[in-house]
Amino acid sequence: MNMEFFTISLLNGLSYGLLLFMLSAGLTLIFSMMGVLNFAHTSFYMVGAYFAYSISQVVGFWWALLIAPMLVFAMGAAFERFCLRRVHKFGHVPELLITFGLSYLLLELVQLVWGRSAVQYPLPSGLQGAFFTIYGTDFPKSRAFIMLLAMLMLLSIWLLITRTRIGLVIQAALTHPETVQSLGHNVPRVFMLVFGGGAALAGLAGVIGGNTFITEPSMAGSIGAIIFVVVVVGGMGSLSGAFLASLLIGLLQTFAIALDHSAMSVLAQMGVAVGPATFGYPLLKLTIAQVAPILPYLLLVMMLIFRPKGLLGTREG
Amino acid sequence: MNALVINLKKRNTGRWTLWGAYALLLLAAPLLLSSSLSLTMLSQAGFLVIICLSYNILLGQGGMLSFGHAVYSGLGAFMSIHAMNLASKGTLYIPLPLIPLVGGLAGLVFAILFGYVTTKKAGTTFAMITLGVGELVFAMSLMFPEFFGGEGGITTNRTYGTTFFGISFGPQIQVYYLIAVYCFVCTAAMFAFTRTPLGRILNAVRDNPERVEFIGYDTQRVRYYAFIVAGFFAGIGGGLAAINSEIVTAEVVSGLRSGSFLLFTFLGGATFFFGPIIGAGLLVLALVWLSELTMAWLLYVGLIFMFMVMFAPGGVASLIMMNLRLVQFGRLKELAWLYLGLSVTAIIGLLGAFAALEMLYHLQLKSALGAELEFLGMALNTQSLMTWLYAGLLGIIGFSLFELLRRRFALQWGVIQNDIENQIKQRESS
Repeated sequence: MNMEFFTISLLNGLSYGLLLFMLSAGLTLIFSMMGVLNFAHTSFYMVGAYFAYSISQVVGFWWALLIAPMLVFAMGAAFERFCLRRVHKFGHVPELLITFGLSYLLLELVQLVWGRSAVQYPLPSGLQGAFFTIYGTDFPKSRAFIMLLAMLMLLSIWLLITRTRIGLVIQAALTHPETVQSLGHNVPRVFMLVFGGGAALAGLAGVIGGNTFITEPSMAGSIGAIIFVVVVVGGMGSLSGAFLASLLIGLLQTFAIALDHSAMSVLAQMGVAVGPATFGYPLLKLTIAQVAPILPYLLLVMMLIFRPKGLLGTREG
Repeated sequence: MNALVINLKKRNTGRWTLWGAYALLLLAAPLLLSSSLSLTMLSQAGFLVIICLSYNILLGQGGMLSFGHAVYSGLGAFMSIHAMNLASKGTLYIPLPLIPLVGGLAGLVFAILFGYVTTKKAGTTFAMITLGVGELVFAMSLMFPEFFGGEGGITTNRTYGTTFFGISFGPQIQVYYLIAVYCFVCTAAMFAFTRTPLGRILNAVRDNPERVEFIGYDTQRVRYYAFIVAGFFAGIGGGLAAINSEIVTAEVVSGLRSGSFLLFTFLGGATFFFGPIIGAGLLVLALVWLSELTMAWLLYVGLIFMFMVMFAPGGVASLIMMNLRLVQFGRLKELAWLYLGLSVTAIIGLLGAFAALEMLYHLQLKSALGAELEFLGMALNTQSLMTWLYAGLLGIIGFSLFELLRRRFALQWGVIQNDIENQIKQRESS
């Protein structure tokens, strides 16, 4: 493993991990505040990307970066107000189910409005090209921008929750909703704002994720399960855990995808000949790059066996 | 005391008639619906009933929301199809009617393996982990084309071996009856499971895990055992699916498949034992009939699902049971006119909404075929403003009238339910 490969993969892994964090942050916020696992979270990510695509065609990318998350915020808040709040009294399973239904619905609606194939949502000219060049390989500006935005987001969430009055109310509403209510704060509205805020964070991730990667109807499904892995591995409801786990999974996948070794090639180096007739050949010939897609899930399973509460989780259960 | 005994007896005769009717229905269904399409649909419904019921052991009986149930039915299907291929090569002797048991065994083994990890947690975390395990297996299915058959899947021929008593399992009708027998036996077995101590304690784990811990049970282990039972029956369903279609592709273990089991088990009604049977029927109807009828079927399914979660979280089964109760107390007549009004206004409103949605879909996906589309025998012109206006008007009028009636209905419904509750209380105290 040489320095060049290491640095490039490290940077790519970090930027991918930070994008994962932008998504899991909103999910974790909603979960830890309201106890609701938002299954449609990555659907908001997708919707954010599509909104940004349409808006940027009219007023340009930078306005889209501002407006699209606001629209997603409104969607999330409306969903909480008119659907989620209604099923709250039935318990957690119906809450989860209704977000699951929403993910179906949003996918169909996106396909209805924007079609079933990918849309042309290019990077703005300001983000095209290389930010810097290292070992002859360009590191794109867009990825640096993702990193910057995610760090800013982390900082502002942290400040909002620990340093402001609203943050205090939110934290208190989580554990003692009745007390907070009787002190004169509107707890249902707080929940609505939190849900909208979480959705908006996903939408923001969509605005920059959509043009860095690709904007297509399957973008929600492909990243959805990974986000849940991040949240479980990090520890349910722990924002810092989600941060750690996002980086871990981002790096894990980026490094693995670039490694072309397999058990067979290692054995071959050790002088053991492996052919199609050897026992377990299909398993031995798999390269690490081929295994890359399942690594996060393997991590999840390992985590559950050895540390069920997650990296920074506080409670077991 | 005496009254109780008589009541129990009454319920048992009721149960025997119910099960008898179920068996009769399974037997007679292909005679009533004899076209080859309906036979295929019935066969599909047969194994989906088993899978949805097994899913409901988790969701309805155990309160576990799994997003990876297709893993067990799917792997059961793969194991069955490999067993069939081995059997037709002669390396393994298994008669076809026993193949579903191979699937069941595979589902059982994989449930023992994966269930150990997934059932460590309950509630929301359980949901996420089953999703993760489901994704793991689906991703693996693309990594091992030797076992999963890659893009094309694995095919087989179910008519191997000697025919016994002239049954070769070539014709679809013979396969249907194989499925029907399994369907009946598995339904009965799963119903019996709900009456075992394990099934009972599973209900308790769902309702109040803390108290179950206090009376000395390990909730984690109860969930694990229930998970294994569910895996076994899911595997049987998967094996029957493999026999039915003679091809299995990697898609059967996908998250999408798991999602549809969840969706339709819930729609059928997870709180009643027979709910998933309705759900399986709806699933076949949606897959075969609705998807032929309209491109927007997934949208409709999603909308219906969300409305059900919000307004009738007990599913179709609970709607049926609530109205049966009205019949029992002789109060349905009072609601008859309201029901009629509600259905008429709903149909008017939905007509408008469906027409608008169909036109939207047409514009987005099929506009190359021209501006016109056929909708319930009418030709709708997507380019003319008038069609859109009519559709919108129908929708608005229908839904506003519906809402007005619904308010009256809700009032009336509340009064009647109250009366019934009081009547039941009076009976109990007297």
